[in-house]
Amino acid sequence: MSAATAAPGRIVVDYDDDIVRKFFLATVIWGVVGMLVGVIIALQLAWWPANLGLPWTTFGRLRPLHTNAVIFAFAGNICFTGIYHSMQRLLKTRMWSDTLSKIHFWGWQLIIVSAAITYPLGITQSREYAELIWPIDVAVTLIWVVFAINFFGTLAIRKVKHIYVAIWFYMSFVITIAVLHIVNNLAMPATFLRSYPIYSGMTDALVQWWYGHNAVGFFLTTPFLGLMYYYLPKAADRPIYSYRLSIIHFWGLIFLYIWAGPHHLLYSGLPDWAQTLGMVFSIMLLAPSWGGMLNGLLTLKGAWHKLRTDPILKFMVVGVTFYGMSTFEGPMMSIRSVNGLAHFTNWVVGHVHSGALGWNGMLTFAVLYWLLPRLWNREVAYPKMVTQHFWLATIGIVIYTVAMWAAGLMEGLQWRAVNDAGQLANPIFIDIVHRLEPFYWLRLLGGTLYFLGAVMMLINVFKTIRGPERVAAAAPATAPAS
Amino acid sequence: MAENGMDHGSEKKYGQFHRRVFESNAALFAVAATVAILIGGIVEIIPMFTPAGTEHSEAITPYTPLEVAGRDIYVSEGCYLCHSQWVRPMRAEILRYGPWSRAWEYQYDRPFQLGSRRIGPDLHRVGNKYPDAWHYEHMRDPRSTTPGSVMPPYPWLLDDRIDPEDVRASVIALRKTGTPYTDEDVAGVEESLAEQGAAIVARLATAGIETTPDRSIVALIAYLQRLGVEGRAELEAQGVEY
Ligand code: HEM
Ligand code: HEM
Repeated sequence: MSAATAAPGRIVVDYDDDIVRKFFLATVIWGVVGMLVGVIIALQLAWWPANLGLPWTTFGRLRPLHTNAVIFAFAGNICFTGIYHSMQRLLKTRMWSDTLSKIHFWGWQLIIVSAAITYPLGITQSREYAELIWPIDVAVTLIWVVFAINFFGTLAIRKVKHIYVAIWFYMSFVITIAVLHIVNNLAMPATFLRSYPIYSGMTDALVQWWYGHNAVGFFLTTPFLGLMYYYLPKAADRPIYSYRLSIIHFWGLIFLYIWAGPHHLLYSGLPDWAQTLGMVFSIMLLAPSWGGMLNGLLTLKGAWHKLRTDPILKFMVVGVTFYGMSTFEGPMMSIRSVNGLAHFTNWVVGHVHSGALGWNGMLTFAVLYWLLPRLWNREVAYPKMVTQHFWLATIGIVIYTVAMWAAGLMEGLQWRAVNDAGQLANPIFIDIVHRLEPFYWLRLLGGTLYFLGAVMMLINVFKTIRGPERVAAAAPATAPAS
Repeated sequence: MAENGMDHGSEKKYGQFHRRVFESNAALFAVAATVAILIGGIVEIIPMFTPAGTEHSEAITPYTPLEVAGRDIYVSEGCYLCHSQWVRPMRAEILRYGPWSRAWEYQYDRPFQLGSRRIGPDLHRVGNKYPDAWHYEHMRDPRSTTPGSVMPPYPWLLDDRIDPEDVRASVIALRKTGTPYTDEDVAGVEESLAEQGAAIVARLATAGIETTPDRSIVALIAYLQRLGVEGRAELEAQGVEY
């Protein structure tokens, strides 16, 4: 069963790697753009003049640009990169339609560009993570259908009967995002640029957070677990630790995630039973989440020594560990009383970025660095820079999240503090805002380090693909089909 | 399976079942996954459309055309990214902001603007808390009213104008979603805008501020000044303790 021996009867397939390279470059470029905007809005919170006094650059208009760029452009494009690369190999077939692949790629990038134009102009629905206006929502739907047809078409023409676990996760991504996007964005257009949701008030809030939480679940979690299931065994050269665990945690995860949305609406006007369901399912979600983390980490059993020398595995291990941390923290924050303290504070921002920078970012970097020499058939131009990127990013995350946790706890406690006379201990809101300032500067430092790491990667990538091609003989004949 | 490292390892009994039934049949797998992800949403969301799901109150009136325009500005600028509209039922919040927010107070809110961050204070009870002129100055330069504020200035709102036809389109769309506007409301958008705008302009004039009823800032003030007012009045009328 050892991996290296599984070579006989190798089928030669003409994989479409051009599309993979396109999505790869889009990931790198949008990642740098999205994080740059993150650094800018971090500066704005520490130092308000950075809003520049212009309508287009205020925090309220740039923040959605940051969240959308990092989630839908950076994270989205790495998911597509990994799916188009690994799916062809796992199913031993080229994608069903090159044309659909191309429409998907260009359509998705156009959607991102239109987001980057509309948000600074104040053209938005202002529903968190679903800010795109209705004509762009229609475009997203069409492009997603194109992707889904190509995805299931490829499954239909597969040369391997058995569908590997990574693809289960990809499949849940394709299906669930379609359902969430369509149901959440049903709206009545008023003009070409403006519409009103068919839901109102608390119903709108519930639908939107059902979407929002599951954007975390099915955009930032399941496709990334799929990537983990393909690239971690590849990088470690070990089979997945437990097949049974992957079955249980897959079905547990996708079933439980959907229920957890109301943990964003604890202590709101949402009916109590719905709040309780959200809390209980969020706590249960810990189990399948940790199932995935353990399956990833234990896959390294017997390969831990490689960690010392291989920066790709370093990225992966830190990524999967942060996945475990944020999926422990999340269920804790879903407990009503804990949420009462954490909600509205920077603690939530800390939680978000331990997941986003730690899990999504680090796994993305690992996959990119693993693919880089293989997709272009070139040696990485600056191998040492990969390790430097790893350390910059890791230190950056720690500074970012620790600053936000401290800030969040402090403001949460100061908002609620009541003195013996039954009055607010900190009646002036702005006083508490001022006490946050040092933490905002610290976060800016952490975020900047993380951003600089991404810039180093960008440089490394472009230098590599301009470099000389590997000589054919140098590619070892026993290398995995990659 | 021939993929390096892509081996599932040893297979236990039910692993074999999963492999035989699901892992070799993409369509069946997709259907099963779809069922798994639909259940939670159906159980939680469908009841919201039944009478028991959301509360309704006659005490809350639909937004006037000027308030609709003001709300559109609030949405467009992304104010909700720093300000919540959601007072939670906790002692400190009630002391700081006022009565906690009831579900029926949001009944005409499309889109909802509860928010998830409090970089600035909650705004659900900000209506009537400050005079109109305070809001005017605050939006022009937040540090003129709140020294040390970190909010960006919004001077363009003082110059920008709202277009009555645009507001009418919004009122018509909102009516289609179920907001109870009448034919007269739709026909009278222009007069309504002018009338409510003129009242605010007059109040601003007493503070020495000169502007016209069609400015964005006037619409925004109209919206902010009604936030939480009807709800608080209703709770007081009911004698509810908070
Ligand atoms: C250079 C790195 C980054 C910096 C400096 C940064 C900075 C920020 C800042 C300042 C905010 C606003 C927080 C607030 O409301 O107070 C924010 C929000 C957010 N960022 Fe980032 N960010 C970075 C990278 C990322 C990445 C890579 C992701 C996702 C993959 C991400 C996802 C988000 C999300 C989802 C939010 C909204 C959080 C919420 O609503 O609570 N960020 N970020
Ligand atoms: C078991 C898993 C998880 C649970 C139960 C969970 C739970 C929570 C809770 C309770 C909040 C705070 C809601 C509030 O008070 O406003 C939250 C916010 C958030 N979480 Fe998680 N979390 C989990 C994992 C993750 C992961 C892995 C990420 C990934 C990147 C993530 C991203 C976010 C984001 C973006 C928000 C901010 C939403 C907003 O804009 O307010 N979560 N989560």
